[in-house]
Amino acid sequence: MPKSTGRPDIATVLVTILLAGPVLAGLAGTILPAFGYLPVLGFRTFSIEPFRALFNMPGIQISILLSFGTGLVASILSLAIVLLFTAGWSGTRTFARLTRFLSPLLSVPHAAAAIGLAFLIAPSGFLVRLVSPWATGWTRPPDLLILNDQAGIAMTLGLVAKEVPFLFLMTLAALNRPHIRDFYKSGASLGYGRMTTFIKVILPQIYPLIRLPMLAVIAYATSVVDVAQILGPTTPPPLAPRLIVWMNDPDLSKRLMASAGALLQLFVSAVSLIAYLVLERGVTRWLKSRFESGHRRRQDTSARQAGLWLMSIIVAIMTVSIVLLAVWTLAKSWWFPAVLPQRWSLARMMDAFGMGGPAQLATLLLAACAAGIATALTLWVLEGRSFRKKPSHGRLNTFVFLPLLLPQISFLFGLQTLFLVAGLSGTIEAVLLAHLIFVFPYAFLALSDPWNRLDPHYAKAAASIGASRARIFWQVQLPLLLRPVLVTFAVAAAVSVGQYLPTLMIGAGRIVTVTTESVALASGGNRQVAALYALLQLVIPLAGFVLAALVPSLVFRNRAAMRLERQF
Amino acid sequence: MPEAIDRKGLVLEAVSISIDDAPLLDIDCHIPPGNILTIMGESGSGKSSLLDFIAGFLNPALQAEGRIFLNGKNLTDLPAQERHIGLMFQFPLLFPHMSVLQNLMFAIPAKVRGRQHRKEIARQALGDVGLNGFGDRDPATLSGGQQTRVALMRTLLAQPMALLLDEPFSSLDQTRRAEVRELVFCQARKNDLPVLLVTHDEEDALAASGLVHFLDDHKNNNGCSKVQQPQISIAKR
Repeated sequence: MPKSTGRPDIATVLVTILLAGPVLAGLAGTILPAFGYLPVLGFRTFSIEPFRALFNMPGIQISILLSFGTGLVASILSLAIVLLFTAGWSGTRTFARLTRFLSPLLSVPHAAAAIGLAFLIAPSGFLVRLVSPWATGWTRPPDLLILNDQAGIAMTLGLVAKEVPFLFLMTLAALNRPHIRDFYKSGASLGYGRMTTFIKVILPQIYPLIRLPMLAVIAYATSVVDVAQILGPTTPPPLAPRLIVWMNDPDLSKRLMASAGALLQLFVSAVSLIAYLVLERGVTRWLKSRFESGHRRRQDTSARQAGLWLMSIIVAIMTVSIVLLAVWTLAKSWWFPAVLPQRWSLARMMDAFGMGGPAQLATLLLAACAAGIATALTLWVLEGRSFRKKPSHGRLNTFVFLPLLLPQISFLFGLQTLFLVAGLSGTIEAVLLAHLIFVFPYAFLALSDPWNRLDPHYAKAAASIGASRARIFWQVQLPLLLRPVLVTFAVAAAVSVGQYLPTLMIGAGRIVTVTTESVALASGGNRQVAALYALLQLVIPLAGFVLAALVPSLVFRNRAAMRLERQF
Repeated sequence: MPEAIDRKGLVLEAVSISIDDAPLLDIDCHIPPGNILTIMGESGSGKSSLLDFIAGFLNPALQAEGRIFLNGKNLTDLPAQERHIGLMFQFPLLFPHMSVLQNLMFAIPAKVRGRQHRKEIARQALGDVGLNGFGDRDPATLSGGQQTRVALMRTLLAQPMALLLDEPFSSLDQTRRAEVRELVFCQARKNDLPVLLVTHDEEDALAASGLVHFLDDHKNNNGCSKVQQPQISIAKR
């Protein structure tokens, strides 16, 4: 095999261009208009006027605080719930059982989860119906601001419900390393309680692997648009959804202000990240000072119960929300305060299904292409790196994550302008490219771990009997990794389906997917149609995961060693 | 024979472990304080499952019967944290995010107060195994033998009442092995601990110079009551 050279291989270069190119170009395309320069629309002088206009907008301070507060609180709360539950239950049967529930929830797109949650907690929603009128006396929906509440509590809850499954699966992947169980044992045999063992012995070892995903969650949550539009405050909304309104304003000069706002969003997210890092430092320092104290905290039953309850509530909320989507789809009439619909109808669903045809086709096309390209590129990069024996993926991992650490809106504005100038705005190729920026990192994340854990001796054994590099890849490595490759494809497709902002901005209203459509419908009055589109968002990810489970078990039905290992 | 309740040391009373109703091993024995019982068996003979059962980590897929007593206290239904049984593994498993000294201080019970005092105890323990001045080192920079010595002291500083050794010398090279082994046995005797050593290396069993229990053929198993002396030990005599 050739020695590792200083020159990077083609695949790495390609990925670098794919990720860094649009991000940098997009940032430039946001910064210039923010300072008054947008020649396409006839603005050719630099000024700070857009920022002045931005800060003169009514309630802008509240918008900033909302973005910062809801995003940071939701992220930290999500991590706390995940860690509390993992600390108390990892390795138990309860843990394994809940894991099986949480994994599919990861594939639920943000917008669908938010719509389902709205149906659950709204004043006319399922929870109020459950207790009305017999307990509350309400015969019509109460005039309470539960949804879109001023403090952003509903929005925070929506973000938590969606980020908990993500951070949980990241933690699960991080726990998947040698000797973790033995470290648990050594903690326990030294007399340490289960949770204290996790916090003092296990967490410091796995946290570095959870850190980047956590930062991505913060960047996302502080700049989220779709969840904010469905569940967030409206007077005024958080910063990101306001920017979308200004960007689409018929008064074109508002675009300059929107660009300035996108830079402000970048700043708000950066401050949130810094705030988290400062907090993380403080906690780490405090924890380190406790390592030596010898406190065992064997009585941790109440904390363990709290962790279990919190996690169960999240799983229950998500599950009921999705069931509600299905029920609403089939409901013909469902008046308050009935707990279940008075009349059911399949016809309306079929109608809406037919109307949604083009949107579904576009969603499927984008998801399949984005997932296929992202998975293939990931395989190419990984194969190239292992062939060149570059063992460390540390730097590449960080780099691949960069697009996820920036608020989408901060470079999508500029990218939209660039595509507009190039005449590509509103084409499916442009939207596909925008999707890839966000899909590829997840594909890489999902596949690099299984690839690195593949025993290199298989490739060596094949090479020693004269197999070429291509044959080793196609006939040994790829079949061995069929299951993780298909799972990666499904994850990538799910991420693509969930993309709201890139489709909206780059698609310029001409590319409509079930996701953009469901967010648009969520604010309207027709719950049946909104529910149907939200449900349609689940179909493609679900189909992907079913295929990823079925195909390997069919292909390898006579190969015992290829079955999933039994988990305790 | 006195009741298990009255006996000092570690008592395994009619312990039997099975998997899906197929018996894996049976053992019935008493290890007095300061004594070492060596259990020998091929991999898959259930050695590690026995240690897991005694320490409180038995895999839920396995079924176990029998009772465990430590200095007269029934441990069978206690959680692992409450058993006061020290465990040493095949690998030293020093916590990689702590310094050597922090690893040791982690084990000292919280009732030992005062940071300086705790530090002093940990330093003393390092000195006892010939590792003076290693306190601030990163455990990863220590040799295998040094790591095992630190792991031993970490186990002992938690003040266990019995010691379980799961092939702790198997990762060491031949020259270090005898030396570290002698140190472990010596410390265990000094602390008057009952020790259960699991190994497949006959030299370990010989060095332990205690009773030996073979797990290879459980169907003809005799338990500790009819312990066979290993042939090598006879040869030595």
